[in-house]
Amino acid sequence: MEKRVTFSNPWLPYLLVAPQLVITAVFFFWPAFRAIYQSAFIPDPFGLRTQFVGFANFEYLFSNPYYRASFLTTAMFSILVTVLSMSFALWLAAMADRVIKGSGAYRTLLIWPYAVAPAVAGVLWLFMFNPFTGIITWSLAQMGYSWNHGLNGGQAMALVVLASSWKQISYNFLFFLAGLQAIPKSVIEAAAIDGASFWKRFWTIVFPLLSPTTFFLLVVNVIYAFFETFGVIHTITQGGPQQSTTILVYKVFADGFVGQDLGSSAAQSVVLLVLVSILTVIQFRFIERRVHY
Amino acid sequence: MADITLKDIRKSYGRTEVIHGIDAHVEDGEFIVIVGPSGCGKSTLLRMVAGLETVTGGEVSIGDRVVNDLEPRERDIAMVFQNYALYPHMSVFDNMAYGLKIANVPKEEIRARVTEAARMLELEPYLDRKPRQLSGGQRQRVAMGRAIVRKPAVFLFDEPLSNLDAKLRVQMRLEIKALQRRLGVTAVYVTHDQVEAMTLADRMIVMNAGVAEQIGAPLEVYANPQTLFVAGFIGSPPMNVLRTEVRDGTAVVGGGYEVRGRDLATGSVIGVRPEHVNLVAAGAGLFDATVDFCEPLGAETLVHTRTDAGDSLVVRIDGEAVFPSTGDRVGLIADPVRLLAFDAAGRRIASLADLSP
Repeated sequence: MEKRVTFSNPWLPYLLVAPQLVITAVFFFWPAFRAIYQSAFIPDPFGLRTQFVGFANFEYLFSNPYYRASFLTTAMFSILVTVLSMSFALWLAAMADRVIKGSGAYRTLLIWPYAVAPAVAGVLWLFMFNPFTGIITWSLAQMGYSWNHGLNGGQAMALVVLASSWKQISYNFLFFLAGLQAIPKSVIEAAAIDGASFWKRFWTIVFPLLSPTTFFLLVVNVIYAFFETFGVIHTITQGGPQQSTTILVYKVFADGFVGQDLGSSAAQSVVLLVLVSILTVIQFRFIERRVHY
Repeated sequence: MADITLKDIRKSYGRTEVIHGIDAHVEDGEFIVIVGPSGCGKSTLLRMVAGLETVTGGEVSIGDRVVNDLEPRERDIAMVFQNYALYPHMSVFDNMAYGLKIANVPKEEIRARVTEAARMLELEPYLDRKPRQLSGGQRQRVAMGRAIVRKPAVFLFDEPLSNLDAKLRVQMRLEIKALQRRLGVTAVYVTHDQVEAMTLADRMIVMNAGVAEQIGAPLEVYANPQTLFVAGFIGSPPMNVLRTEVRDGTAVVGGGYEVRGRDLATGSVIGVRPEHVNLVAAGAGLFDATVDFCEPLGAETLVHTRTDAGDSLVVRIDGEAVFPSTGDRVGLIADPVRLLAFDAAGRRIASLADLSP
């Protein structure tokens, strides 16, 4: 039986969904449309006139070595953030699942970082790794290692990866823990009686049964690394040094709002839009196939 | 192959003790059934033997090893769970082979053993299927197969048939019994179903509220229950319980029958099985009763009566016999040997034959 709610006024249901529709239209469809539209134009430096250029923005973009390098940077950054935050979260979840006493406290503490805004997370890590006053920088110096992410591109990348992953661990932890608790206890016990040790059980029983959760998180984390890490990068490195931490979304901002090249920035947005669409399609295809056990 | 010894087994969760000291010995190759109502601690007891629950007090030995501190995998046991606990992402073959793979058994031998078990359980056509593609009975067989391929010293069954429908349950019951006989492996089987317990067990442990009320062969337990709880739990319909009334130092049951011989204290009760009571004309029996209703079941008819003392009493008569109608007055007779006396705490005193001077 289909459940139907009847409204006395036929306009009421439309009124109720209107806020969501308006928000989606104003903050998603309209900017997306504007980006696509603008990507075909080059405005003059004062923004007084625009000139239609067709696909010239895209042509210029893909012939630009910095932009191509940004793809590589993004790929490396996303892979590192995803792998690091997911594997660490899985490990924490597996441990928290075993805890009997005080499990609530552990869980709350592990979930806390998720409440921290990306920019604030960035500042926290920036303080600790400040080349002159940071406590970790100082500790590293004691061990004879010189840290300056303002000069060393590899170190800058390591720092933004670290900060971004730390922030995402809580989210992943939450999903992994829920996934672990959904696995029937007797299946684990059966494996224990069958002779499997804790880690053997984990890799042969628990991990395969977690695969729907893992895949969901994989996609969410890649999207997180693509877009939501903007705040972390902006506060820590501003994409530097030498564009070594300029991921695609940061380049959209840097070229458009700092470099005032709005045409190119719009074109980059469109490229990102297409990329996300592809990722989402893959997600739905894959999850629909794998999620039923 | 191994025997199991339980010595004063106790289990507490925090300060609440749920199992209050159980002593039992399971012979090598014996089929023991632990039976009791839900919440009596029977599954907990089994899980302590399996090593899935810690033992708070006492000693569990399998063979000549004390296993209290051993991991489940070190105990040489196999267990069949109520919900089967099959690995959902593995085929039937892999489910059965899992334990052998972990034990590093050579590939050819794994194949041979799994095929052999599959043949025994008629699972050969399903070896490539996933558990979700099987029916309940087939899943149950896979769980059994997973247990037998490892050739353990002890089988543990935790209510393995309660998720099956009634017909399949009877069939699987026979299969489990036959399989255990053929393999000769010691088995401990937990159930709340007294019929399952009666049919499967060599000996059974009747548990109630964390205590083993009686341990013995099914027919012995049926004929000679040591407590009122056992008398009521084993047998369907359960044993009739008649309150006694002490008049001038003589106990009277059913509002008329004087129990002679040794004195029964106030509060003691008389138990008698429905098949040990017979109907006669009113006034011709030990005492009279009024018929409440009758349940003709084909092979037998259950006559529900109420004595003049207000106790309900069920009489089992032959299915082809003419049965009385509601409201009829009938007389009841029984061989005094079949009347069992229990004291006020529910403990068995003796049969009335023993009480006679």
